[in-house]
Amino acid sequence: MGDAIVITSGKGGVGKTTTTANIGTALALSGKKVCLVDTDIGLRNLDVVMGLENRIIYDLVDVAEERCRLHQALIKDKRFEALYMLPAAQTKDKSAVQPAQMKKIIDELKQDYDYVLIDCPAGIEQGFKNAIAGADKSVVVTTPETSAVRDADRIIGLLEKEENIEAPKLVVNRIRNHMMESGEMLDVDEIVSILAIDLLGIVGDDDTVITASNKGEPIALDPSSKASIAYRNIARRILGESVPLLSLQEERGVFSKVKKFFGMRS
Amino acid sequence: MSMVQKQTQHFVTIKGTKDGLNLILDDSCAFRDVINELDEKLSARHIQQTEGHTITVTLKLGNRYLTEKQERELRAMIQSKQNLEIDRIDSNVMSRDEAEEERKRSTITSVARTVRSGQVLEVEGDLLLIGDVNPGGTVKAFGNIFVMGALRGIAHAGAYGDIKAVITAAVMKPSQLKIADLISRPPDQVGASIHEAECAFVKDGQSEISVDRVQILTKVRPNLTRL
Repeated sequence: MGDAIVITSGKGGVGKTTTTANIGTALALSGKKVCLVDTDIGLRNLDVVMGLENRIIYDLVDVAEERCRLHQALIKDKRFEALYMLPAAQTKDKSAVQPAQMKKIIDELKQDYDYVLIDCPAGIEQGFKNAIAGADKSVVVTTPETSAVRDADRIIGLLEKEENIEAPKLVVNRIRNHMMESGEMLDVDEIVSILAIDLLGIVGDDDTVITASNKGEPIALDPSSKASIAYRNIARRILGESVPLLSLQEERGVFSKVKKFFGMRS
Repeated sequence: MSMVQKQTQHFVTIKGTKDGLNLILDDSCAFRDVINELDEKLSARHIQQTEGHTITVTLKLGNRYLTEKQERELRAMIQSKQNLEIDRIDSNVMSRDEAEEERKRSTITSVARTVRSGQVLEVEGDLLLIGDVNPGGTVKAFGNIFVMGALRGIAHAGAYGDIKAVITAAVMKPSQLKIADLISRPPDQVGASIHEAECAFVKDGQSEISVDRVQILTKVRPNLTRL
Protein backbone atom coordinates (compact mmCIF):
# COMPACT_ATOMS: atom_id res chain seq x y z
CA MET A 1 0.00 0.00 0.00
CA GLY A 2 1.53 3.29 -1.11
CA ASP A 3 1.40 6.84 0.17
CA ALA A 4 -0.88 9.51 -1.24
CA ILE A 5 0.75 12.93 -1.07
CA VAL A 6 -1.20 16.05 -1.97
CA ILE A 7 0.81 18.99 -3.31
CA THR A 8 -0.90 22.25 -2.54
CA SER A 9 -0.24 25.96 -1.97
CA GLY A 10 -3.39 28.05 -1.73
CA LYS A 11 -2.03 30.69 -4.04
CA GLY A 12 -1.86 30.05 -7.75
CA GLY A 13 1.28 30.18 -9.83
CA VAL A 14 3.78 29.19 -7.15
CA GLY A 15 4.68 25.94 -8.87
CA LYS A 16 2.42 23.16 -7.60
CA THR A 17 2.15 21.45 -10.97
CA THR A 18 5.88 21.82 -11.71
CA THR A 19 6.66 20.45 -8.26
CA THR A 20 4.27 17.52 -8.71
CA ALA A 21 5.70 16.65 -12.11
CA ASN A 22 9.30 16.88 -10.93
CA ILE A 23 8.96 15.07 -7.61
CA GLY A 24 7.04 12.39 -9.49
CA THR A 25 9.75 12.13 -12.11
CA ALA A 26 12.50 12.05 -9.48
CA LEU A 27 10.69 9.30 -7.53
CA ALA A 28 10.29 7.33 -10.74
CA LEU A 29 14.03 7.81 -11.38
CA SER A 30 14.67 6.13 -8.04
CA GLY A 31 12.72 3.14 -9.28
CA LYS A 32 9.44 3.76 -7.47
CA LYS A 33 6.03 3.14 -8.97
CA VAL A 34 4.39 6.55 -9.14
CA CYS A 35 1.02 7.86 -10.23
CA LEU A 36 0.38 11.58 -10.68
CA VAL A 37 -3.21 12.76 -10.29
CA ASP A 38 -4.29 16.13 -11.68
CA THR A 39 -7.30 17.41 -9.72
CA ASP A 40 -7.40 20.81 -11.33
CA ILE A 41 -10.61 20.07 -13.22
CA GLY A 42 -11.28 22.66 -15.90
CA LEU A 43 -7.73 24.04 -15.84
CA ARG A 44 -5.58 21.00 -16.22
CA ASN A 45 -1.86 21.54 -16.77
CA LEU A 46 -0.03 18.51 -15.47
CA ASP A 47 -0.46 16.65 -18.73
CA VAL A 48 1.15 19.56 -20.61
CA VAL A 49 4.10 19.79 -18.23
CA MET A 50 4.60 16.03 -18.54
CA GLY A 51 4.23 16.21 -22.33
CA LEU A 52 1.38 13.71 -22.32
CA GLU A 53 -1.45 15.95 -23.47
CA ASN A 54 -2.13 14.17 -26.75
CA ARG A 55 -2.57 10.76 -25.12
CA ILE A 56 -5.58 11.61 -22.98
CA ILE A 57 -8.68 9.57 -23.76
CA TYR A 58 -10.49 9.31 -20.44
CA ASP A 59 -10.08 11.56 -17.42
CA LEU A 60 -10.73 11.87 -13.70
CA VAL A 61 -14.40 12.79 -14.12
CA ASP A 62 -14.97 9.79 -16.39
CA VAL A 63 -13.55 7.56 -13.68
CA ALA A 64 -15.56 9.24 -10.92
CA GLU A 65 -18.77 8.87 -12.91
CA GLU A 66 -17.83 5.33 -13.86
CA ARG A 67 -17.81 5.88 -17.59
CA CYS A 68 -14.56 3.95 -17.69
CA ARG A 69 -12.35 1.86 -15.44
CA LEU A 70 -9.55 3.51 -13.53
CA HIS A 71 -6.77 1.75 -15.45
CA GLN A 72 -8.27 2.86 -18.77
CA ALA A 73 -7.87 6.51 -17.80
CA LEU A 74 -4.27 6.16 -16.64
CA ILE A 75 -1.61 7.35 -19.06
CA LYS A 76 1.80 5.76 -19.04
CA ASP A 77 4.71 8.16 -19.20
CA LYS A 78 6.83 8.12 -22.35
CA ARG A 79 10.10 7.87 -20.40
CA PHE A 80 9.40 5.65 -17.41
CA GLU A 81 7.69 2.28 -17.19
CA ALA A 82 6.63 2.94 -13.63
CA LEU A 83 5.26 6.48 -13.99
CA TYR A 84 1.59 7.03 -14.71
CA MET A 85 -0.75 9.98 -14.77
CA LEU A 86 -4.47 10.42 -14.23
CA PRO A 87 -5.50 13.61 -16.05
CA ALA A 88 -8.20 16.04 -14.98
CA ALA A 89 -11.19 16.81 -17.18
CA GLN A 90 -10.92 20.01 -19.12
CA THR A 91 -14.57 20.54 -20.00
CA LYS A 92 -16.12 20.33 -16.53
CA ASP A 93 -15.49 22.28 -13.34
CA LYS A 94 -14.49 21.42 -9.78
CA SER A 95 -18.00 20.48 -8.70
CA ALA A 96 -18.04 17.57 -11.16
CA VAL A 97 -16.34 15.41 -8.51
CA GLN A 98 -17.13 14.88 -4.84
CA PRO A 99 -14.55 14.24 -2.08
CA ALA A 100 -15.93 10.73 -1.46
CA GLN A 101 -15.43 9.79 -5.14
CA MET A 102 -11.92 11.24 -5.03
CA LYS A 103 -11.06 9.23 -1.94
CA LYS A 104 -12.25 6.04 -3.59
CA ILE A 105 -10.05 6.66 -6.64
CA ILE A 106 -6.98 7.52 -4.56
CA ASP A 107 -7.49 4.49 -2.31
CA GLU A 108 -7.64 2.29 -5.38
CA LEU A 109 -4.45 3.85 -6.80
CA LYS A 110 -2.61 3.36 -3.49
CA GLN A 111 -3.03 -0.42 -3.91
CA ASP A 112 -0.90 -0.42 -7.07
CA TYR A 113 1.56 2.44 -6.62
CA ASP A 114 4.29 3.32 -4.13
CA TYR A 115 3.46 7.00 -4.40
CA VAL A 116 0.32 8.77 -5.54
CA LEU A 117 1.03 12.48 -6.02
CA ILE A 118 -2.06 14.66 -6.12
CA ASP A 119 -1.72 18.02 -7.85
CA CYS A 120 -4.13 20.36 -6.08
CA PRO A 121 -5.79 23.37 -7.71
CA ALA A 122 -5.31 26.86 -6.28
CA GLY A 123 -7.87 28.05 -3.75
CA ILE A 124 -9.55 26.55 -0.72
CA GLU A 125 -12.88 25.59 -2.22
CA GLN A 126 -14.28 22.38 -3.64
CA GLY A 127 -11.19 21.64 -5.73
CA PHE A 128 -8.99 21.78 -2.65
CA LYS A 129 -11.41 19.62 -0.68
CA ASN A 130 -11.43 17.06 -3.47
CA ALA A 131 -7.65 17.03 -3.72
CA ILE A 132 -7.05 16.40 -0.03
CA ALA A 133 -9.86 13.86 0.38
CA GLY A 134 -7.71 10.79 -0.21
CA ALA A 135 -4.33 12.11 0.91
CA ASP A 136 -2.22 10.72 3.77
CA LYS A 137 0.53 13.32 3.55
CA SER A 138 0.83 16.81 2.21
CA VAL A 139 3.42 19.13 0.74
CA VAL A 140 2.82 22.87 0.80
CA VAL A 141 4.60 24.85 -1.91
CA THR A 142 5.32 28.53 -1.43
CA THR A 143 7.55 31.19 -2.93
CA PRO A 144 9.46 33.84 -0.96
CA GLU A 145 6.66 36.38 -1.35
CA THR A 146 4.50 37.65 1.48
CA SER A 147 1.25 36.86 -0.33
CA ALA A 148 2.28 33.29 -1.12
CA VAL A 149 3.43 32.73 2.47
CA ARG A 150 0.15 34.11 3.78
CA ASP A 151 -1.84 31.70 1.61
CA ALA A 152 0.44 28.82 2.54
CA ASP A 153 -0.26 29.61 6.19
CA ARG A 154 -4.00 29.46 5.55
CA ILE A 155 -3.65 26.14 3.75
CA ILE A 156 -1.50 24.69 6.54
CA GLY A 157 -4.22 25.67 9.02
CA LEU A 158 -6.80 23.80 6.94
CA LEU A 159 -4.54 20.77 6.51
CA GLU A 160 -3.82 20.58 10.22
CA LYS A 161 -7.55 20.18 10.83
CA GLU A 162 -7.64 17.05 8.68
CA GLU A 163 -7.17 14.09 10.97
CA ASN A 164 -6.16 11.67 8.23
CA ILE A 165 -3.31 13.80 6.90
CA GLU A 166 0.10 13.94 8.52
CA ALA A 167 1.64 17.31 9.43
CA PRO A 168 2.37 19.14 6.16
CA LYS A 169 5.92 19.65 4.85
CA LEU A 170 7.17 22.78 3.14
CA VAL A 171 8.83 23.39 -0.23
CA VAL A 172 10.08 26.92 -0.87
CA ASN A 173 10.15 27.39 -4.62
CA ARG A 174 11.66 30.02 -6.92
CA ILE A 175 14.25 31.36 -4.55
CA ARG A 176 16.32 34.18 -5.96
CA ASN A 177 19.47 34.07 -3.99
CA HIS A 178 20.72 37.60 -4.65
CA MET A 179 17.38 39.09 -3.56
CA MET A 180 17.28 36.99 -0.44
CA GLU A 181 20.79 38.06 0.51
CA SER A 182 20.05 41.71 -0.05
CA GLY A 183 16.94 41.38 2.09
CA GLU A 184 14.56 42.29 -0.74
CA MET A 185 12.93 38.90 -0.46
CA LEU A 186 11.83 36.91 2.57
CA ASP A 187 14.55 34.46 3.43
CA VAL A 188 13.97 30.77 3.99
CA ASP A 189 14.54 30.96 7.75
CA GLU A 190 11.94 33.67 8.04
CA ILE A 191 9.40 31.67 6.05
CA VAL A 192 10.02 28.55 8.11
CA SER A 193 9.74 30.54 11.33
CA ILE A 194 6.36 31.97 10.32
CA LEU A 195 4.89 28.75 8.95
CA ALA A 196 6.38 26.59 11.71
CA ILE A 197 6.42 23.32 9.74
CA ASP A 198 9.24 21.05 8.58
CA LEU A 199 11.13 22.11 5.50
CA LEU A 200 11.18 19.43 2.81
CA GLY A 201 13.30 21.33 0.33
CA ILE A 202 14.18 24.55 -1.42
CA VAL A 203 14.29 25.12 -5.16
CA GLY A 204 16.06 28.03 -6.81
CA ASP A 205 14.53 30.15 -9.53
CA ASP A 206 15.89 28.63 -12.69
CA ASP A 207 15.08 29.57 -16.30
CA THR A 208 15.62 26.01 -17.45
CA VAL A 209 12.56 24.92 -15.45
CA ILE A 210 10.36 26.98 -17.75
CA THR A 211 12.12 25.84 -20.91
CA ALA A 212 11.83 22.22 -19.86
CA SER A 213 8.21 22.51 -18.85
CA ASN A 214 7.35 24.11 -22.20
CA LYS A 215 8.91 21.13 -23.93
CA GLY A 216 6.95 18.71 -21.77
CA GLU A 217 10.15 17.35 -20.24
CA PRO A 218 10.28 17.76 -16.45
CA ILE A 219 13.54 19.41 -15.39
CA ALA A 220 14.24 16.56 -12.97
CA LEU A 221 15.36 14.54 -16.01
CA ASP A 222 18.29 16.88 -16.61
CA PRO A 223 21.06 16.04 -14.15
CA SER A 224 23.02 19.22 -14.84
CA SER A 225 20.39 21.66 -13.62
CA LYS A 226 20.41 22.91 -10.03
CA ALA A 227 16.62 22.82 -9.88
CA SER A 228 16.75 19.22 -10.99
CA ILE A 229 19.10 18.33 -8.14
CA ALA A 230 16.82 20.17 -5.75
CA TYR A 231 13.81 18.12 -6.88
CA ARG A 232 15.79 14.91 -6.71
CA ASN A 233 16.84 15.79 -3.17
CA ILE A 234 13.20 16.40 -2.24
CA ALA A 235 12.34 12.98 -3.65
CA ARG A 236 15.15 11.40 -1.62
CA ARG A 237 13.85 13.06 1.53
CA ILE A 238 10.37 11.72 0.79
CA LEU A 239 11.98 8.29 0.51
CA GLY A 240 13.34 8.78 4.00
CA GLU A 241 16.96 9.71 3.28
CA SER A 242 18.51 12.60 5.12
CA VAL A 243 19.94 14.98 2.51
CA PRO A 244 21.38 18.38 3.45
CA LEU A 245 19.84 21.47 1.88
CA LEU A 246 21.43 22.54 -1.36
CA SER A 247 23.44 25.73 -1.21
CA LEU A 248 22.04 28.26 -3.62
CA GLN A 249 25.16 30.36 -3.39
CA GLU A 250 26.87 31.10 -6.68
CA GLU A 251 30.58 30.48 -6.74
CA ARG A 252 32.15 33.88 -6.36
CA GLY A 253 35.87 33.34 -6.46
CA VAL A 254 38.52 33.20 -3.78
CA PHE A 255 38.51 36.85 -2.86
CA SER A 256 34.90 36.94 -1.71
CA LYS A 257 35.45 33.78 0.28
CA VAL A 258 38.40 35.38 2.06
CA LYS A 259 36.36 38.47 2.81
CA LYS A 260 33.56 36.30 4.15
CA PHE A 261 36.07 34.48 6.30
CA PHE A 262 37.04 37.73 7.92
CA GLY A 263 33.41 38.63 8.44
CA MET A 264 33.36 41.38 5.85
CA ARG A 265 30.43 41.93 3.57
CA SER A 266 31.19 40.89 0.05
CA MET B 1 -46.64 54.15 67.77
CA SER B 2 -44.14 52.26 65.72
CA MET B 3 -44.41 50.31 62.51
CA VAL B 4 -43.43 47.05 64.08
CA GLN B 5 -46.46 46.99 66.28
CA LYS B 6 -48.81 47.69 63.44
CA GLN B 7 -47.20 45.12 61.24
CA THR B 8 -47.98 41.57 62.08
CA GLN B 9 -45.42 40.08 59.68
CA HIS B 10 -41.94 41.39 59.09
CA PHE B 11 -40.41 40.07 55.97
CA VAL B 12 -38.80 43.40 55.27
CA THR B 13 -36.32 45.22 57.49
CA ILE B 14 -35.34 48.74 56.61
CA LYS B 15 -32.08 50.16 57.86
CA GLY B 16 -30.78 53.61 57.24
CA THR B 17 -27.06 54.06 56.59
CA LYS B 18 -25.05 57.07 55.54
CA ASP B 19 -25.17 55.81 51.94
CA GLY B 20 -28.94 55.44 51.89
CA LEU B 21 -31.33 52.69 52.77
CA ASN B 22 -30.63 49.00 53.16
CA LEU B 23 -33.71 46.92 52.51
CA ILE B 24 -33.18 43.51 54.01
CA LEU B 25 -35.65 41.04 52.59
CA ASP B 26 -36.52 37.77 54.25
CA ASP B 27 -35.36 34.86 52.08
CA SER B 28 -37.61 32.06 53.32
CA CYS B 29 -41.04 33.45 52.57
CA ALA B 30 -42.87 33.75 49.27
CA PHE B 31 -41.75 36.44 46.86
CA ARG B 32 -45.33 37.78 46.75
CA ASP B 33 -45.29 38.38 50.52
CA VAL B 34 -42.03 40.32 50.30
CA ILE B 35 -43.15 42.51 47.49
CA ASN B 36 -46.52 43.29 49.06
CA GLU B 37 -44.99 44.20 52.38
CA LEU B 38 -42.25 46.24 50.76
CA ASP B 39 -44.78 48.12 48.68
CA GLU B 40 -46.82 48.87 51.77
CA LYS B 41 -43.86 49.97 53.87
CA LEU B 42 -42.34 52.17 51.23
CA SER B 43 -45.64 53.86 50.54
CA ALA B 44 -46.58 54.39 54.16
CA ARG B 45 -43.32 55.59 55.53
CA HIS B 46 -42.11 59.09 55.85
CA ILE B 47 -39.59 58.25 53.13
CA GLN B 48 -42.16 59.62 50.79
CA GLN B 49 -42.04 62.94 52.52
CA THR B 50 -38.34 63.70 52.10
CA GLU B 51 -38.55 66.26 49.42
CA GLY B 52 -36.13 66.64 46.56
CA HIS B 53 -33.46 64.23 47.78
CA THR B 54 -32.98 60.99 45.98
CA ILE B 55 -32.30 58.14 48.35
CA THR B 56 -30.19 55.31 47.11
CA VAL B 57 -31.40 51.88 48.04
CA THR B 58 -29.47 48.64 48.41
CA LEU B 59 -31.48 45.45 48.37
CA LYS B 60 -30.19 42.53 50.38
CA LEU B 61 -31.79 39.31 49.28
CA GLY B 62 -29.91 36.81 51.46
CA ASN B 63 -30.26 33.35 49.95
CA ARG B 64 -33.13 34.27 47.68
CA TYR B 65 -32.69 33.83 43.93
CA LEU B 66 -34.63 36.25 41.75
CA THR B 67 -35.72 35.27 38.30
CA GLU B 68 -35.38 37.98 35.69
CA LYS B 69 -39.12 38.58 35.80
CA GLN B 70 -39.13 38.94 39.59
CA GLU B 71 -36.18 41.28 39.47
CA ARG B 72 -37.93 43.46 36.92
CA GLU B 73 -41.05 43.56 39.06
CA LEU B 74 -39.08 44.48 42.15
CA ARG B 75 -37.19 47.21 40.37
CA ALA B 76 -40.35 48.62 38.81
CA MET B 77 -42.08 48.70 42.16
CA ILE B 78 -39.25 50.54 43.89
CA GLN B 79 -38.72 52.95 41.03
CA SER B 80 -42.40 53.82 41.09
CA LYS B 81 -41.88 55.32 44.55
CA GLN B 82 -40.70 58.86 44.56
CA ASN B 83 -37.11 59.68 45.45
CA LEU B 84 -35.93 56.08 45.50
CA GLU B 85 -33.17 54.74 43.30
CA ILE B 86 -31.72 51.25 43.35
CA ASP B 87 -27.97 51.20 43.80
CA ARG B 88 -27.56 47.45 43.69
CA ILE B 89 -29.19 44.16 44.47
CA ASP B 90 -27.11 41.80 46.61
CA SER B 91 -27.81 38.13 46.70
CA ASN B 92 -25.79 35.25 48.13
CA VAL B 93 -26.93 32.98 45.31
CA MET B 94 -26.67 32.86 41.55
CA SER B 95 -27.79 30.36 38.98
CA ARG B 96 -25.51 27.65 37.74
CA ASP B 97 -25.30 29.29 34.31
CA GLU B 98 -24.31 32.62 35.79
CA ALA B 99 -21.70 30.92 37.93
CA GLU B 100 -20.32 29.08 34.92
CA GLU B 101 -20.18 32.35 32.96
CA GLU B 102 -18.39 34.06 35.83
CA ARG B 103 -15.91 31.22 36.13
CA LYS B 104 -15.16 31.29 32.42
CA ARG B 105 -14.58 35.00 32.48
CA SER B 106 -12.14 34.85 35.33
CA THR B 107 -10.08 31.88 34.14
CA ILE B 108 -7.01 31.84 31.93
CA THR B 109 -7.35 29.49 29.00
CA SER B 110 -4.01 28.22 27.77
CA VAL B 111 -3.70 27.08 24.17
CA ALA B 112 -0.59 25.63 22.54
CA ARG B 113 -0.79 26.08 18.77
CA THR B 114 -0.10 28.45 15.90
CA VAL B 115 -3.07 30.62 15.00
CA ARG B 116 -2.74 30.73 11.23
CA SER B 117 -4.10 32.97 8.53
CA GLY B 118 -7.89 32.78 8.41
CA GLN B 119 -8.20 31.21 11.86
CA VAL B 120 -9.93 32.86 14.80
CA LEU B 121 -9.22 31.78 18.35
CA GLU B 122 -11.73 33.17 20.82
CA VAL B 123 -11.95 32.59 24.56
CA GLU B 124 -14.02 33.93 27.41
CA GLY B 125 -11.70 35.13 30.10
CA ASP B 126 -7.97 35.52 29.53
CA LEU B 127 -5.99 33.82 26.77
CA LEU B 128 -2.52 32.41 27.20
CA LEU B 129 -1.28 31.43 23.75
CA ILE B 130 1.82 29.27 23.62
CA GLY B 131 2.72 29.84 19.98
CA ASP B 132 2.43 32.48 17.28
CA VAL B 133 -0.42 34.44 15.77
CA ASN B 134 0.43 34.62 12.08
CA PRO B 135 -0.57 37.44 9.74
CA GLY B 136 -4.24 37.05 8.90
CA GLY B 137 -4.95 35.13 12.12
CA THR B 138 -7.04 36.55 14.98
CA VAL B 139 -7.04 36.01 18.73
CA LYS B 140 -9.91 37.39 20.77
CA ALA B 141 -10.59 37.32 24.49
CA PHE B 142 -13.13 38.83 26.91
CA GLY B 143 -10.17 39.56 29.15
CA ASN B 144 -6.42 39.84 28.61
CA ILE B 145 -4.31 38.22 25.90
CA PHE B 146 -0.83 36.89 26.58
CA VAL B 147 1.08 35.60 23.55
CA MET B 148 4.24 33.67 24.37
CA GLY B 149 5.35 33.70 20.73
CA ALA B 150 5.14 36.27 17.99
CA LEU B 151 1.97 38.29 17.51
CA ARG B 152 1.84 39.08 13.79
CA GLY B 153 -1.91 39.01 13.27
CA ILE B 154 -4.83 40.67 15.04
CA ALA B 155 -5.39 40.60 18.80
CA HIS B 156 -8.62 41.83 20.40
CA ALA B 157 -8.58 42.02 24.20
CA GLY B 158 -11.53 43.09 26.33
CA ALA B 159 -13.74 42.06 23.43
CA TYR B 160 -16.89 42.87 25.41
CA GLY B 161 -15.88 46.34 26.36
CA ASP B 162 -13.25 45.91 29.08
CA ILE B 163 -10.99 48.90 28.46
CA LYS B 164 -8.62 47.73 31.21
CA ALA B 165 -7.68 44.59 29.28
CA VAL B 166 -4.09 44.26 28.06
CA ILE B 167 -2.27 42.42 25.29
CA THR B 168 1.26 41.14 25.75
CA ALA B 169 3.50 39.38 23.26
CA ALA B 170 7.06 38.10 23.28
CA VAL B 171 7.37 39.55 19.79
CA MET B 172 4.92 42.39 19.17
CA LYS B 173 4.47 42.81 15.42
CA PRO B 174 0.70 42.92 15.10
CA SER B 175 -1.24 43.89 12.01
CA GLN B 176 -3.89 45.34 14.34
CA LEU B 177 -4.45 45.70 18.06
CA LYS B 178 -7.90 46.12 19.55
CA ILE B 179 -8.80 46.78 23.15
CA ALA B 180 -12.53 47.08 23.88
CA ASP B 181 -13.71 49.24 20.95
CA LEU B 182 -10.38 50.95 20.27
CA ILE B 183 -8.30 49.94 17.28
CA SER B 184 -4.67 50.68 16.54
CA ARG B 185 -2.52 49.85 13.61
CA PRO B 186 1.27 50.00 13.61
CA PRO B 187 2.79 52.79 11.52
CA ASP B 188 3.36 51.91 7.88
CA GLN B 189 7.06 52.70 8.23
CA VAL B 190 8.38 49.89 10.35
CA GLY B 191 11.18 50.97 12.66
CA ALA B 192 13.92 48.80 14.08
CA SER B 193 12.36 45.80 15.74
CA ILE B 194 12.69 45.59 19.49
CA HIS B 195 13.65 42.15 20.66
CA GLU B 196 11.89 42.19 23.96
CA ALA B 197 8.43 41.43 25.22
CA GLU B 198 5.97 44.27 24.85
CA CYS B 199 2.48 45.02 26.01
CA ALA B 200 -0.44 47.07 24.76
CA PHE B 201 -2.91 48.83 27.04
CA VAL B 202 -5.06 51.94 27.25
CA LYS B 203 -3.81 54.61 29.62
CA ASP B 204 -6.39 56.00 32.03
CA GLY B 205 -8.49 58.69 30.46
CA GLN B 206 -7.00 58.21 27.01
CA SER B 207 -8.64 56.86 23.93
CA GLU B 208 -5.69 55.31 22.17
CA ILE B 209 -3.69 52.16 22.65
CA SER B 210 -0.15 52.51 24.00
CA VAL B 211 2.60 49.98 23.44
CA ASP B 212 5.42 49.69 25.93
CA ARG B 213 7.82 47.28 27.60
CA VAL B 214 5.91 44.50 29.33
CA GLN B 215 7.45 45.43 32.69
CA ILE B 216 5.36 48.60 32.84
CA LEU B 217 2.26 46.50 33.54
CA THR B 218 3.37 46.00 37.13
CA LYS B 219 2.69 49.69 37.55
CA VAL B 220 -0.31 50.33 35.31
CA ARG B 221 -2.18 47.05 35.86
CA PRO B 222 -1.24 45.78 39.35
CA ASN B 223 -4.50 43.81 39.43
CA LEU B 224 -2.99 41.34 36.94
CA THR B 225 -1.39 39.71 39.96
CA ARG B 226 -3.78 37.12 41.29
CA LEU B 227 -1.82 35.58 44.10
